[in-house]
Amino acid sequence: MNNRISVFRKEHFNAAHRLHNPKWTEEKNDSVFGKCNNPNYHGHNYDLIVKVTGVPDVETGYLIDLKMLSNLIKENILEKFDHKNLNLDPLEFKNLNPTAENIAIVIYKILRKKIDNKFDLQIRLYETERNFVEYPSQ
Amino acid sequence: MVYLTRVEHFNAAHKLYNPGWDREKNEDVFGKCANENWHGHNYELYVTIKGNANSDTGFLMDAKKLSLLIKEFVLNKLDHKNLNVEVDFLQNKMCSTENLAIGIWQQLQPNLPGEVQLHCIKLYETPRIYAEYYGD
Repeated sequence: MNNRISVFRKEHFNAAHRLHNPKWTEEKNDSVFGKCNNPNYHGHNYDLIVKVTGVPDVETGYLIDLKMLSNLIKENILEKFDHKNLNLDPLEFKNLNPTAENIAIVIYKILRKKIDNKFDLQIRLYETERNFVEYPSQ
Repeated sequence: MVYLTRVEHFNAAHKLYNPGWDREKNEDVFGKCANENWHGHNYELYVTIKGNANSDTGFLMDAKKLSLLIKEFVLNKLDHKNLNVEVDFLQNKMCSTENLAIGIWQQLQPNLPGEVQLHCIKLYETPRIYAEYYGD
């Protein structure tokens, strides 16, 4: 039996966004995205769960220092997204619709570069209590 | 006297920014909440009414009817909206949780049936921050 285990760090950020495809007419945007297409934006309290999987270090017993993981998330994700307008403030969504799916993928790509490749990484992002996504899916 | 609470929720954008102040003072007082491009929240709204249960129905008020009133007079104005820009009852007010709770009270109170009284508006801006207003 191996010692693979997962640890999780939960963080949160508040942000405004709208769902809109600039290539479509207003009518089609309204039809597909409904009230999420409001040009004046709306917003959410996002809950972010970062899952790191691997084998704990023999000497510390840690998989990864969760305080370090927390700092990594704060510096690379929360400073970019917290109390921001996702469409306007961070560069990542200039040409990408800031759906929960795309936000999770963006967060994964940012953090993947910062976390040792010996660890697997998975992002779970709650847009509301009832709507959440995971990336990668497995 | 019995109390009945209906829980609803809405998502909205806002910013905390006093137009009578310069940007430096706004950032000093409101910090990142002053971001001119807005930010947003999932608001949780607890509406509590009080009165006597009707002897025929056992209800203080049909909770479904209370829900419909909240939708008509509150959620339709707030959900997926920009609170600073689009909400008539918040015009010229600071969009704090406190003012929003007071505004929601003022929207609902005149529209409740005569036999029930509004007791409390409890409004969560985040799971850790909420305001309560009792109408006094």
